Amino acid sequence: MSTMAVPDVAVAPVDEGFWNRNRKVGLVLLALGLIAAVLFGALATDQRARFTLSEDAAGAALEINGTFGAILFGVVALAAGAALLAGLPKRWFLTVLGVGLVAFVFSFLCWQVSAAPAGQNFMPLVNIIRGTFILALPLIFGALAGVLCERSGVVNVAIEGQLLMGAFSGALFGSISGNVWVGLVAAAIGGAFISLLLAIFSIRYLVDQVVMGIVLNLLAVGVTGFLYERLMQTNTERYNSAPRFSNWEIPLLKDIPVIGPALFRGNIFLYLGLLLVLVIHIALFRTRWGLRTRSVGEHPTAADTLGVRVLGLRYRNVLLAGVVAGIGGASYTLALYSFTKNMIGGKGFIALAALIFGRWNPTGALLAALFFGFADQLATYLSTINSVIPSQFLAMLPYLATILAVAGLVGRVRAPAADGKPYVKG
Amino acid sequence: MEPGEIHALLGENGAGKSTLMNVLYGLYQPDEGEILVDGEPLKLRGPSDAIGAGIGMVHQHFMLVPVFTVAENIMLGAEQVRGGIAGFLDRRRARREVTEVSERYGLRIDPDAVIEDLPVGIQQRVEIVKALTRDVDLLILDEPTAVLTPQETEELLTVMRSLKAAGKSIVFITHKLGEVKAIADRITVIRRGKVVGTASPEASRDELAALMVGRSVRLTVEKAPATPGRPVLEVSGLVVDDDRQVRAVDGVDLTVHAGEVLGVAGVQGNGQTELIEAIMGLRPALAGSVTLDGERIDGWSTKKVLRAGVGYVPEDRSVDGLVKEFSVAENLVLDMYDRPPFGGGLALRPDAIAESAKERIAQFDVRTPSAEAPVGTLSGGNQQKVIVARELSRPLKLFIAAQPTRGVDVGSIEFIHGRVIHERDVGTAVLVVSSELDEVIGLADRIAVMYRGRIIGVVGPDTPREQIGLLMAGVSPEVAAEQAGDASESGTASADAPRNEDEA
Amino acid sequence: MSERQRSGSPDKDPASEAQAAQDSLGNTERAEDATTPEAAPATGGTEPKPTLGRLFLENLWAANTVTVTVLSLVLAIVVGAILMIISDPDVLSTYSYITARPSDALNSSWTLVSEAYANLFKGAIFDPEAFSGWLDGSNGWQAVLAPISETLTYTAPLVFTGLSVALAFRGGLFNIGAQGQATIGVVLAALAGFLLPLPPGLHLLVALLAGALGGAIWGFIPGILKARTGAHEVINTIMLNYIATYFLTWLIVQNGVQDPNRTDAISRPVDPSAQLPRLLGDNLRVHAGILLAVLATWAVAWLLNRSTLGFELRAVGANPDAARTAGISVTRTYVLIMVFAGLLAGLGGSNMVLGSTASALTPLVVAQIGFDGILVALLGRVKPWGVALAALLFGALQAGGNRMQSYSGISLELVTVLQALIVIFIAAPALVKAIFQLRAARAARLQTSLAKGW
Repeated sequence: MSTMAVPDVAVAPVDEGFWNRNRKVGLVLLALGLIAAVLFGALATDQRARFTLSEDAAGAALEINGTFGAILFGVVALAAGAALLAGLPKRWFLTVLGVGLVAFVFSFLCWQVSAAPAGQNFMPLVNIIRGTFILALPLIFGALAGVLCERSGVVNVAIEGQLLMGAFSGALFGSISGNVWVGLVAAAIGGAFISLLLAIFSIRYLVDQVVMGIVLNLLAVGVTGFLYERLMQTNTERYNSAPRFSNWEIPLLKDIPVIGPALFRGNIFLYLGLLLVLVIHIALFRTRWGLRTRSVGEHPTAADTLGVRVLGLRYRNVLLAGVVAGIGGASYTLALYSFTKNMIGGKGFIALAALIFGRWNPTGALLAALFFGFADQLATYLSTINSVIPSQFLAMLPYLATILAVAGLVGRVRAPAADGKPYVKG
Repeated sequence: MEPGEIHALLGENGAGKSTLMNVLYGLYQPDEGEILVDGEPLKLRGPSDAIGAGIGMVHQHFMLVPVFTVAENIMLGAEQVRGGIAGFLDRRRARREVTEVSERYGLRIDPDAVIEDLPVGIQQRVEIVKALTRDVDLLILDEPTAVLTPQETEELLTVMRSLKAAGKSIVFITHKLGEVKAIADRITVIRRGKVVGTASPEASRDELAALMVGRSVRLTVEKAPATPGRPVLEVSGLVVDDDRQVRAVDGVDLTVHAGEVLGVAGVQGNGQTELIEAIMGLRPALAGSVTLDGERIDGWSTKKVLRAGVGYVPEDRSVDGLVKEFSVAENLVLDMYDRPPFGGGLALRPDAIAESAKERIAQFDVRTPSAEAPVGTLSGGNQQKVIVARELSRPLKLFIAAQPTRGVDVGSIEFIHGRVIHERDVGTAVLVVSSELDEVIGLADRIAVMYRGRIIGVVGPDTPREQIGLLMAGVSPEVAAEQAGDASESGTASADAPRNEDEA
Repeated sequence: MSERQRSGSPDKDPASEAQAAQDSLGNTERAEDATTPEAAPATGGTEPKPTLGRLFLENLWAANTVTVTVLSLVLAIVVGAILMIISDPDVLSTYSYITARPSDALNSSWTLVSEAYANLFKGAIFDPEAFSGWLDGSNGWQAVLAPISETLTYTAPLVFTGLSVALAFRGGLFNIGAQGQATIGVVLAALAGFLLPLPPGLHLLVALLAGALGGAIWGFIPGILKARTGAHEVINTIMLNYIATYFLTWLIVQNGVQDPNRTDAISRPVDPSAQLPRLLGDNLRVHAGILLAVLATWAVAWLLNRSTLGFELRAVGANPDAARTAGISVTRTYVLIMVFAGLLAGLGGSNMVLGSTASALTPLVVAQIGFDGILVALLGRVKPWGVALAALLFGALQAGGNRMQSYSGISLELVTVLQALIVIFIAAPALVKAIFQLRAARAARLQTSLAKGW
């Protein structure tokens, strides 16, 4: 009846033979390094690849001969792979892997920048870094919303909807009132509204949380799209011209070379996002609230026997997640763009990917979001220099990376044990 | 309860011990009645009220967060915090407290160890420390020894004595008579949700057992002497790990002959489950071999093993044995659905399935409203009969029954035992695993006692119970034979785990 | 992470109430299965006749499911009406003096809402004007059937994606990836449709098979990942959805694929020889896809209830531990489930380009059919014929929504809102009953414990 033979073991026993995880990763890295050194090296030109420390071609720059750079960084990646393959102690694993991957990226960039059309052989680092962070912003807020929910045991697939509702209500009420702060509060409430539905249906009515998330996303797309067409399109002036937060420069920090102009001369949502990562990280791992939240997400029965109010905490955290995601949505409509239909366009799901890729950890999620933002920004940059690399493939990167991570190829990711399981007393 | 008293609550599984204690701990709300502490009626709205009233509980399934450290688990719910509204955890203080308490009562634990890395005995210790740091006067231990090795049990009893010496009261819930007699000051016996009597530890085991079960329990199985034939199942040097990659079966050798019942006795958790699962191809064998009629079957898929003529009654019927949402008829063909006459090629033959279901239901006396009723609606005994009917309705070389009568009513027990013996008499090799010693003695022609992943001895069915009990506790065969003569009442902890009368 | 360990956790045990609901779902399924034509001989022949009381009870169960569905629909329509009112400034302004002249507010609201929903009905099912027009000869019979034709056109792909999700649900997997599977399906179907020079008939068949294959491949990936590494299919299917979308947008603009006469992102059109024939002439859009959809529904019903594979699938879905113990390869079944689910979704995608909806690939060619399929599966209570009916309802909403948009100026997005609301309400029957003050009779709850976290 069947021709497929799949071994009947859900999880293969850990084979700690010679081919342990580190060695496998090392092999992959070795191969990548080889590709970089040979292929990128061959494709790169003798043009100098310039990485300017500004927003354009002018000013100081890090320069390297394209071919040489591609080969050099390729060899570094190769060496890192070889080191892992040789069986480096475990504590070096992450560092060496990181060095190898960064070297691979640099090798790639040397090739791309040197092979760009004449006069465009430069990469403005300030732009790239700023773009990375701006593109990562909704991911950061979204992933934090995911952390708050899922650490307390409620799967949050509704991030997309929370972001969208936040963006919408921020734009709508910001426009009506003409006040950014009113817009911001409205955005938070909008996100919390989707969260409230998620909380009530998954906690009170025990509806499957993933189902609920999916349905809420559609609801948010529908409601905001409907009201957008009915209100905002017919009367843009009144309903969709929200004021924007003006740029806030942070003294001192703004003068740091590259980083300063890239990050500390503008967007308050960026400051807020980074601050929130810090606050949530500390709160989660160092405070009473954090301990209880994590216990509720891991073993709610145990928490209950110790007098922790499981359901109350879940409600609270899910609502908080909505507030955070709502503000994330406002980072679009109260700082960058006016509202358009379905403007989040799947960022909520990349945020989910960042959450998982970052192993349900705020800082991890931040790093994942930045990585995804960088991929996004790189795609934009490469299309401006007419690269042969299709931007769509770079756009796939976050999703591919997440699949690899979940499949255990880049270390095992483990969700909170009770994530997605409704808690019923007794 | 008096201060400094150890009060044992004795009863069968499902008698209502745990429920009573969960009410006392505030997890469940009582329908009526009240709880008095120091003469005051106490209203418990939740566990925090219970903790506040000085009641602590160690649950049967540990209430520990596996990825937290010991200190984190202990401070959860009663965190010491700094920094006002921010509520930063004071880990140093928590760690100090853990160390303090654990030293005071001789319960050494490392506050920074992560729970999931700790052995079960230590985890239990963490549970006890957790209760003690909350300044409880009354500690409820719910079936604390069910998961412990005899050594760990002994250590636990020592801890309990030191707690008692420190003036704490302990409620000790168990169904093991040996432990009760070893430690309790007072014994209350519960049956079907009611207190049926109190006793002192001097009462004899028979008295206690009779109180617990309510009538004498000796169930004998009518059977003729066995006529063993060729060896059918041969297991040699088998090594198997459990789910946590801990060695569970450590070099087992076994032979089961055609026409005999080999019983495997032992305290639960000594590798019996893993042994059977390895034979069935449900769990990889790391070393050794399993042969069926001379053919190596280790490494085979479960389907192939079943096809080769092995019948299998798994120990947990609701998890492994039945699909509760499926009808009785569907469950009766759960491992034969794709075989003629029930299915050929891609198509099922519902007529044949229904037809045979009708026969089986009659033949095995399954009480069900219809063959189409979901099997989950039947009583435990009838559910078990469905499994037995399924496994015994094809020609077998080997029949493996794990805990065949757990949570099954008396009538069904007799019926199932009769069927097992009948299978033996038609020449099938039968392997019965049970933690009920009486069942093993009643059914088996030879008894293998399993202890810590090894077969510690193989004895005849007329061996004295006490000797088997000592084997189950890990005493080597020679010593056991010696001791059994004079020690008729010594602490062979779970030797006489009572039979489960009512449904789980 | 093994199934065994996971199911061993103490807090997984569902509440007795949830258990009861599950049980009742089982009952309903049985009751409704018995009413489906091909399942009838299964129980009818050998079983003793059910008693009258039992029959009545079973009908009550079924009626309860229907009751909840109908009430959910009503609730969704009410919420939709409220949205219409609050988003119409003219109507809303009448509410400012509602205490003075309530009739204004009520009249204007009623006019707005009733016209919108009347257009929804006329666009989806039957337009009396077209009927009278046909009688007096001012328009042809096609105009009378036009709404039905539109409804069926929208229904067809949703049946496939709904079945895809439902089939996976029954096997204990949550296929959020129908969208991606449909995307890869539509890509391969279209490529086969304009790249292969084949005779009519054969060409269509090959294109459909290509679509099915595409979906199957895209379903196989999360299936094998789940089987081999235990990676949760929900995460992987979400990720694969986006990978598929980016693949599509990349592919469209490649040489040989992009329409040489266009500069925007659109592919060459599918050859007429690979298009599904229209059923009611060229003026009506309904095409053979709906027939395939009915066939697929029948096939899935047969597969689930009457095949050995379906038996395995249901056993694995209901209790993987018991299935494994009975010798069923759980991992192999997971892979097969996802392959079949992908295949169905791929066919749904094929419908979008081989039918009358579009004839060339565009970035949005599959619309939302994958996500809508999830709603359809839930609304259809994950039973094949239920899914077909749910798809019909959604198709009707879609078709009617188009007319509502052009005649009443009510955005098509309202349909999305209605669809989402219906499913939210049926997912929580307790809420619906609380709203309508129904006695707490038990109705089929959605299988809420299907996807157990990550």
